[in-house]
Amino acid sequence: MLATSPAFKQNVKGALADAGLQKALAFTRPNFAGKRSAAVAGLPEFEQLRDVGRDIKNHVLANLDFYLETWAGNVERAGGRVHWCSTADDARAAVLAICQKAGARTVTKGKSMISEELGINDHLEQHGIRPVETDLGEYILQLRKEPPSHIIAPAFHLNREDWEESFRASHTDLPEERVFGERRDILTEARKKLREEFLAADVGITGANFLIAETGSSVIVTNEGNGDLTQTLPKVHIVLASIEKVVPTLEDACTFLRLLARSATGQDMSVYTTFSTGARRPADLDGPEEYHVVVVDNGRSAMIGTEFQEMLRCIRCAACMNHCPVYFTVGGHSYGWVYPGPMGSVLTPSLIGVDKAGHLPNASTFCGKCESVCPVKIPLPKLMRHWREREFERHLTPQTMRTNLSIWAWFAKRPGLYRMATRAAAWVLGRMGRKKGRFHTLPFAGGWTDGRDLPAPEGETFFARYARQQRDNAS
Amino acid sequence: MPEASRRPRVALFVTCLVDLHRPTVGFAAIRLLEQAGCQVEVPRAQTCCGQPAYNSGDRATARDLAAGILDAFSGYDYVVVPSGSCGGMISHHFAGLFDNDPQQRRRAETLQAKTFELVAFLADVMKVTSVPGLYQGTATYHDSCSGLRELGLKSQPRALLASVSGLTLKEMAEPETCCGFGGTFCVKYPDISTRMVSDKTKDIASTGADTLLAGDMGCLLNMAGRLKREGSPIRVRHIAEVLAGMTNDVPPIGEGRG
Repeated sequence: MLATSPAFKQNVKGALADAGLQKALAFTRPNFAGKRSAAVAGLPEFEQLRDVGRDIKNHVLANLDFYLETWAGNVERAGGRVHWCSTADDARAAVLAICQKAGARTVTKGKSMISEELGINDHLEQHGIRPVETDLGEYILQLRKEPPSHIIAPAFHLNREDWEESFRASHTDLPEERVFGERRDILTEARKKLREEFLAADVGITGANFLIAETGSSVIVTNEGNGDLTQTLPKVHIVLASIEKVVPTLEDACTFLRLLARSATGQDMSVYTTFSTGARRPADLDGPEEYHVVVVDNGRSAMIGTEFQEMLRCIRCAACMNHCPVYFTVGGHSYGWVYPGPMGSVLTPSLIGVDKAGHLPNASTFCGKCESVCPVKIPLPKLMRHWREREFERHLTPQTMRTNLSIWAWFAKRPGLYRMATRAAAWVLGRMGRKKGRFHTLPFAGGWTDGRDLPAPEGETFFARYARQQRDNAS
Repeated sequence: MPEASRRPRVALFVTCLVDLHRPTVGFAAIRLLEQAGCQVEVPRAQTCCGQPAYNSGDRATARDLAAGILDAFSGYDYVVVPSGSCGGMISHHFAGLFDNDPQQRRRAETLQAKTFELVAFLADVMKVTSVPGLYQGTATYHDSCSGLRELGLKSQPRALLASVSGLTLKEMAEPETCCGFGGTFCVKYPDISTRMVSDKTKDIASTGADTLLAGDMGCLLNMAGRLKREGSPIRVRHIAEVLAGMTNDVPPIGEGRG
């Protein structure tokens, strides 16, 4: 996927002026936070579970080779195949090869962010294979040729009328009198179309929320059941997963399942939680004849041992973006690549380079809400600050900002001179603003005053007044 | 309360915004601390806690400024800061700046442990339950992010405001949502910041309160600036001015002397 992250500021301007997007964001904003907090309140040990989740992930990341090898051995023993892929190119090639070997023409897909990262759909289409997204949100986005704007609610940026418009444009057999007044109408229409696709598909591709080392299983959670139809009906099932998805045991997976849905949608559990282990065995009534896991690094192993390792704990619940005031102001597409919101602001620079994604870790107030709701306690503001440090070291920080910072720092390290400078500035601004108490415009302050007044200082600095009072008291 | 014979020696870290912009907050802090039984001193060799550098990725400058603060503030029982964000910088981030210097790191850890935000210090350490402030009005209180999430400042300001006679507190729908200031964020991304503070001022206005209070000058300048731009009559003040009963000393933030 081509990143528009370097154009973040332009993306933001567009997003702020987009009435439809702003309507969708305002509509959704209160929902996730309220549902999450109700779900968390219903589980007294939730806070301890966050610690447990963090510790399991830390343990796995410290022993990742061991758990991946254990997991892969168990996949093979269960009759599955593991395809190790270092890069996105490798992974695309592996998926294509499996599909071509199966003679696939239609491929159904469950929702998968790694698939977006790898650009699987475009690659299959270029080779004459038709991918069909079966998650409702992903399906509509495929019709609209848009990327997801959220990692669990991909069509977060759309309103109901957008759905109707897309269906009418794409499902050309729709009678005029069909109504799309309710969510159910949308669902019914999508379900009718997708049933045909599920039955026609030669290969089904899903992501994985977890890979379980002790059993070689992959786990997906969905609310629509589309993942199950994707992975059980076709002859071939391909699981796409990145290396950090592995957890040691079934019990560990259950710990994360207790954290995941509560953090994500505020449900105790998602509607469907499905464990897949290997291909269909002789006595099985259903299931795919082939089970492949394409396991992808694509830059993640390079994060291990760096200050960004903690980011690999992420379980993609979206709690960080669901609670982020910046996300709800600019929407997911502004971030310009696959992963939006706070987790994206840390992960994206790791995966596509901070030279391209440098805006993302800067576009945060460090309010800390994301860290406070993260189920695995990733210190997201701290990691964003580390990106700013890398940028500063590499002179990627804008030159005007560096210059301003160094002038300010020169004074701030010299309290005597600093005192004189601030005293003069406070006096001048205090005199100028004495009557009104604020400035509507001020030279070099456009960044501030375009959207708000600048309150005027009292006029005498604290230290000047304090020194004066000390002298008065002494005399 | 400590015994009168042993009044704790408290160093006030004024903060650069209070020094430059709103000195009354510093004097309000001194009054509140003295009334709580502290002996207050203001070390002269202080400028800024270093957040602008720290949050811009310039660790070296942040470390230099922190080292100066370690020297100036080491000899006191407590360091008190009328800001959650500067207080959080000293009490949660200083030690991490000296990862490669064990001796300085130990000094920073010592300083961290005795550094408090003003309202938290009054309520949690000095066990202050009532303040002398008088204020006629209905106020709403904004939970600034660092104070709230780094320092756990939530009940203390409300408890002390409840003891201000004449003052009624009305909560916003989302008092914990960031106002969009974010230090240099507000000038690096003014479009996003302005939209965020506009959402905030809507929430403030919908309470019907005539006064907005908070504990951080950065957030207050941002919210006052937006309220004034919108022509709002809501008065904006730092919580310390109200708690200390010093609202007659200075007009509300962003309002003139006529």
